[in-house]
Amino acid sequence: MSRLLHSLAEALGADVAADASLRPASVAGCAVPRARFAEAGAVLKDAHAMLVAEWAADESAFGRGFGVYACYRWAKDCVVVKAELPAGDPTFPTLTGSWAPAFRFERQMHSLMGVVPSGHPDLRPWIAFEDWPAGAHPLRKGFDGTRPLARGAGDYAWIRAAGEGVYEIPVGPVHAGIIEPGHFRFLAVGEDVVNLEERLGYVHKGIEKRFESLPWGEGHRLAGRVSGDTTVAHALGYCIALEALAGCEVPERAHWLRALLLERERIANHLGDLGAIANDAAFAFLWYQMMRLKEGLLRTNSALFGHRMTMDCVVPGGVAADLTAEGKRAMAAELDAFLPEYERLVRIYDDNASLEDRVRSTGVLAPQKALELCAVGIVARASGINHDARIFHPFPPYDRLDEIELEVPVLVSGDVHARAWVRVVEVRESVRLLRYILEHLPEGPVRAPVAAPPPGGAGFAAVEGWRGEIVYWLQAGPGGEVNRVMVRDPSSVNWIGLEQALPGNIVPDFPLCNKSFNQSYSGHDL
Amino acid sequence: MLRILHQIFRTGIVTEPLPEAEAEIRVVGRQLEEAIRRRFRGSLTIRQVDAGSCNACELEIHAINNPIYNCERFGVHFTASPRFADMLLVTGPVAFNMEIALRRTYAATPEPKLVVAVGDCGRDGGVFGCSYASLGGVASVIPVDVVIPGCPPTPTDLLRGILAAVELDKKKRG
Repeated sequence: MSRLLHSLAEALGADVAADASLRPASVAGCAVPRARFAEAGAVLKDAHAMLVAEWAADESAFGRGFGVYACYRWAKDCVVVKAELPAGDPTFPTLTGSWAPAFRFERQMHSLMGVVPSGHPDLRPWIAFEDWPAGAHPLRKGFDGTRPLARGAGDYAWIRAAGEGVYEIPVGPVHAGIIEPGHFRFLAVGEDVVNLEERLGYVHKGIEKRFESLPWGEGHRLAGRVSGDTTVAHALGYCIALEALAGCEVPERAHWLRALLLERERIANHLGDLGAIANDAAFAFLWYQMMRLKEGLLRTNSALFGHRMTMDCVVPGGVAADLTAEGKRAMAAELDAFLPEYERLVRIYDDNASLEDRVRSTGVLAPQKALELCAVGIVARASGINHDARIFHPFPPYDRLDEIELEVPVLVSGDVHARAWVRVVEVRESVRLLRYILEHLPEGPVRAPVAAPPPGGAGFAAVEGWRGEIVYWLQAGPGGEVNRVMVRDPSSVNWIGLEQALPGNIVPDFPLCNKSFNQSYSGHDL
Repeated sequence: MLRILHQIFRTGIVTEPLPEAEAEIRVVGRQLEEAIRRRFRGSLTIRQVDAGSCNACELEIHAINNPIYNCERFGVHFTASPRFADMLLVTGPVAFNMEIALRRTYAATPEPKLVVAVGDCGRDGGVFGCSYASLGGVASVIPVDVVIPGCPPTPTDLLRGILAAVELDKKKRG
């Protein structure tokens, strides 16, 4: 039995009921009375769990009100705790007493679903803007998502600071160069940042609502565009959750090809980030060099899979692209040429004193803070948290850990350098994995049919994208149709990390800090 | 430092004539350079605006700046301020929450205000369609001169599209 579930059962007794609708079986589902929802969270906090995500679903199609869900994990142990809310009184006790990441999750649930976390200290709108019409909760079933909103008026209540010499710097949403939009409000004294407040939601495209209007077999294309730089990992998250829900057995070769695409995506993005971090420290040389290597990878993708970012290659039941023997040879040759080039550049990064001066002890996210924020991915691993979904929530072929021996770098300094260095090591490890995959790629079909999901079932997946853990939760309605698709990009959690890392740094270091986090605006705003 | 110099010499110049339809692009590249020299005194300045994209288009726009495509050789530059921009390169769909910012950016751009809508989403909303949160293509909010379809368009597509906008403008204004 799951250790977390055991702790819950011990503390809450008969109030914990098993929820058998959740797949796969490795993730435990349970339901608690809504009055004890926060208590369950506190119990799991004491059991050293981390909060993965919190979300709500409109379950009126089942003849009930809303469901609120919180997912927790501890190492390989993962539980989803559910509470039901009546339609007429959609309130539930807030998790913010125990969990820092719940602040934003619950603001988002309050804005988009209209459920009310009682006791939440800050219910300003999140993702929804203040000029949305009152009572517009797009994720509710009664809300017609096809019609444009009527724009109202309103002001956002920014966090203020008073005192001599404190001033505000507003930045964005159209900011810097070629970048996604977001607003950053700095409170500064001289050059020192006292507080940074993010305001995101500018690229909210209504993706979760859009999923509900698509058949199951088309959702992966939308998932692949939640955050374009992570198209493989997002499509994979959707597909694994759907396959778990529908009970589809994916062919072995497809699993390995998916891992191959996932690791290539990791390398390409890490190269871009390493270059961009150096560039923001005024070391353009490395940007040009890294972009040159990245371009080579994208061209190979285009030649072998027909798309530079391998969009739409991961599909429900398998993959839409296969690799020929010739393609395998081409990729192996590419890796042979790539690695020495890469190592030369890493040496230059590591040797450069003026670069070191900028990246060390800049933008520190202390391990204790990262733990409190339940940070994920590269951000977490640069701040002492040993979490990687490829190990702790393994999907094939990563479940053969004793064979693959995946090595995950963990640093503790939490600064820009640590976040860069985690990437440096991960690129090496991904190259090693790619070679292993090329060598061991099994023969066989690459796609299996996916049956219709069972009515009322739910499917869960956690996939380690290059940025970090991506979570999908799919819920089938009473007729087996799409009732709710919940997407949690790593950015939903890690953006708060940037806010927490910045005070004490100088304003001109913000681009460098921001680049080292490089969170997705689109993936956060959905 | 020696290592840096060594790497620079080892790499050499990697900028290449554009890969697909090389001959055509060489001609087009010359035309682009020539048109930019005449119409924009050798420098076409672009402000890129993400009005709601998934960020894949941004990656490819970054790529035209990389040393392989090296768009600066044609006189194409990116700026942070719309007030310096000749052209807005807008990726979409236009999110409801970005509509005001996009309109303001357009208003802040001086003539000739060329607008290029990038990607299938910039064309008509793409997979996101039109909804409470997405207003669809860029043209539903500001006037668009040229559309570059693709999901995302390749760097070559982007360069061709930018050229088309400069050419179009030339014809429009005689």
